[in-house]
Amino acid sequence: MSAPAVEVGHTDYLKHAKGLLSWLYTLDHKRIGVMYLIVTSVSLLLGGVFALLVRAELFTAGPTIMEHDTYNRMFTLHGAVMVFLFIIPSIPAALGNFVLPIQLGVKDVAFPRLNLASFYIWILGAAFLMWSMYDSAIDTGWTFYTPYSSDSATAVSSAVMGVFILGFSSIFTGINFIATINKMRPKGMSFFKMPLLLWALYATALIQVLATPILAITLLLLTLERVMGLGIFDPALGGDPVLFQHFFWFYSHPAVYIMVLPAMGVISELIATFSRKRIFGYSFIAFSSMAIAFLGFLVWGHHMFTSGQSKTASIIFSALTFTVAIPSAIKVFNWLATMKGGAIWLTTPMLYALSFIWLFSIGGLTGMFLGTLNVDVHLHDTYFVVAHFHYVMVGGTLMALFGGMYYWWPKIFGRMPNDKIGRVSVLLTFIGFNVTFFPQFILGSRGMPRRYYSYLPEFQELHQISTVGAFILGLGILCAFAGVLVALKSGKKAPANPWGGNTLEWYCSSPPPHENFKVQPEATDPYDFSGWKWDKRTEGYVRKASEA
Amino acid sequence: MKNFSHLLMQANPNSPTAADGGDFWFPTQASQNAELVDDVYYFIYWVSVISFVIIVALMMYFVRKYKRNKPDHMPPKQSDHNTILEIGWSIPVGIVGVILFYFGAIGYIDAKTPPNDAYVINVRGYKWAWEFSYPNGATTTDLLLPENTPVKLVLSSDDVLHSFFVPAFRLKQDVVPGRFTEVFFETKDPGTYRMFCTEYCGTQHSVMGTKVQLEDDQETPVTDENGDPVLQNLVKVMPFKEFQEAVKKAGNPYEGLEPVAAGQLVYQSKGCMGCHSIDGSKLVGPSFKGLWGAERKFADGSSEVADENYVRNSILNPKGQVVAGYNPVMPTYQGKLSDQEIQYVIAYFKTLK
Repeated sequence: MSAPAVEVGHTDYLKHAKGLLSWLYTLDHKRIGVMYLIVTSVSLLLGGVFALLVRAELFTAGPTIMEHDTYNRMFTLHGAVMVFLFIIPSIPAALGNFVLPIQLGVKDVAFPRLNLASFYIWILGAAFLMWSMYDSAIDTGWTFYTPYSSDSATAVSSAVMGVFILGFSSIFTGINFIATINKMRPKGMSFFKMPLLLWALYATALIQVLATPILAITLLLLTLERVMGLGIFDPALGGDPVLFQHFFWFYSHPAVYIMVLPAMGVISELIATFSRKRIFGYSFIAFSSMAIAFLGFLVWGHHMFTSGQSKTASIIFSALTFTVAIPSAIKVFNWLATMKGGAIWLTTPMLYALSFIWLFSIGGLTGMFLGTLNVDVHLHDTYFVVAHFHYVMVGGTLMALFGGMYYWWPKIFGRMPNDKIGRVSVLLTFIGFNVTFFPQFILGSRGMPRRYYSYLPEFQELHQISTVGAFILGLGILCAFAGVLVALKSGKKAPANPWGGNTLEWYCSSPPPHENFKVQPEATDPYDFSGWKWDKRTEGYVRKASEA
Repeated sequence: MKNFSHLLMQANPNSPTAADGGDFWFPTQASQNAELVDDVYYFIYWVSVISFVIIVALMMYFVRKYKRNKPDHMPPKQSDHNTILEIGWSIPVGIVGVILFYFGAIGYIDAKTPPNDAYVINVRGYKWAWEFSYPNGATTTDLLLPENTPVKLVLSSDDVLHSFFVPAFRLKQDVVPGRFTEVFFETKDPGTYRMFCTEYCGTQHSVMGTKVQLEDDQETPVTDENGDPVLQNLVKVMPFKEFQEAVKKAGNPYEGLEPVAAGQLVYQSKGCMGCHSIDGSKLVGPSFKGLWGAERKFADGSSEVADENYVRNSILNPKGQVVAGYNPVMPTYQGKLSDQEIQYVIAYFKTLK
């Protein structure tokens, strides 16, 4: 396999066209990825502000800074913004959009116009959600459980419409990625020679396309119930509230894997590149992504062990839930096995990857408590559950997103992120995160229910530790952004391949040219790092002379 | 305000804050079922601790041992897969999964299969308190339970989802409007425990079953002299005889009471005081102070003098006439308050000047 020549020379995509309109009308996947990166980052900060308000309120057992109703809105908005505006689109739509076509060596995704349409549909959905906040911020929890949501006086309909619209953005991105990966792989890249990030994005895209319509239908039915009095979920109208939970989790459990699978893909890339060693058990990692995507559809009922669903249903869902443990464990083992015998370089992205392994392990292991029927009956809807899913979603996805952001930042903007600030951000987010969420496991198994505005005084100490942690975490997140943003002004110019990666994006200049490659290159072996040597002058890796 | 909370304390003379005790991770085990839950929990806990230590120790060891010493450091070519190893390390994961599923399911099935002679208590959840009713028709705000007895709860909701949670029993069951849900457990020795609502149900979700008062326009939980909130709903496991007497007494709570005192008891025990003050302060609903004979202005602009029928209609059809400045959130008390009880309340209102 001959390695493609490193592409240099023609104008990079940032300078290719000028002016605001050149961005707003762009069909370039890279620019669309950058725009997603901006809007999802803003969403993260907004959701983070809500989180800090929630944690500040919980600093004392009684009222602290707000009233019941305000608090109920704050935790709802925190959940809704983080889930629908941040986590679901963050890695696939921002990093995925940028990296996926380049890793395939193509100029763009299969349907560039649809890609831009997805972005504007996202904006429209977000606008609805924002408008609902301004109108009358919803107080239903991000889960919109009926019949509370059927007759809440807050702006449920417009918020739900926002989520409905956001769903289409997600579906269209999924269709685009599936078509691109199926039809546009370069010569020599069979499915089993793809970088693992592409496997993860492919599995994610399948879930987005198959599961999101269910959410759309459910939310449409909820809106019809609210607007026209159709009795579907509200028992006062002859409906069934448990049916809503089945519909909701039929989407939202797979959605959990929409959130975490791309993160796992990013981590596979980071661990391999920074261990400078072929990823261990490639096909097991690839299959485990597909297995998680498939099994994710079969376990929704584990959110409902205490809901009043039948005993038989709960038992079957518990059994199926434990099967997810196997592909998840395989990934962690394989990442460790990749590190063994490698040449590990502790860069900022790698530190984020190591934090991911630490936190995701806790998130995964605590999932066993919740999959076990009789233990879950005790822990369900307590802070234990809150801690568990934050370890997976924040400890997992956010860490991977930051790792990915530091890893690809040189490629995206052509500037090396600030390493010092980056390292501080890893430290702060890691410490802040654990201080915030570990005490919540103790709160939960001691019986502290979630979504509580006030609580018994004996829980106050643990809540205060948690609140302090949340502010440290908030500082860490700001630092993470500072580390990349200062680079735009004062960062060192990035070489084409600062980390020694061997997926195709490292064969482009940093930032890549408008059309990525003049002709589609042949596939590389994504995990053969031996063809690169360190170049002192550019402080990056360059192809060895014999092969260049 | 002091006076108000003092009255509330009187309403529930046996309401010290329940201390559930227990160890670092758990409150006391107060049901037969609790021990198995804790055992399974601790099994998973140690499996998790050991797995986590192995993962993190290996990670740290590899980071130290296989550090890249110069940028061109290229590790030797090594095997990049080992099917037997990879299937091999999935096996213990699978085995642990099977064990957990088995014991979890056993405990769950047990808690879902009451014996035929289980004592049945009905639980009614509503915004924002609980009510318990017993075979003799008695209703209480505390859940009274006989010691060492299998008990089946049949739960229903008047409005939205609630969830009935007693941490000391390791017991939780959602309360779903439009259907009955059931839960079963076996009590142990006498004691007082807490209950919580664990399914989000709106404004006062977190203080459902806690006494609330208004302070500086904010609803705050009523606290006792130690600063602990006073709980309206508690779980009380008592010796069998004592339990029987308490339920019998609860069956005829107004016996020997003057109408005014009986009316006060209705006010305190039927959930009125959660939303209506008697000292003029504004809660979720209008205060009862000075209500009797006063002119009420309604949201639709009409008005009416508060007489017997006004009170009766407001209780049985609360959304029919909503006082201006308040939201139509009160559920109907149709079938929950008898005309006799309404007459007691009216007698009580006449004293609130």
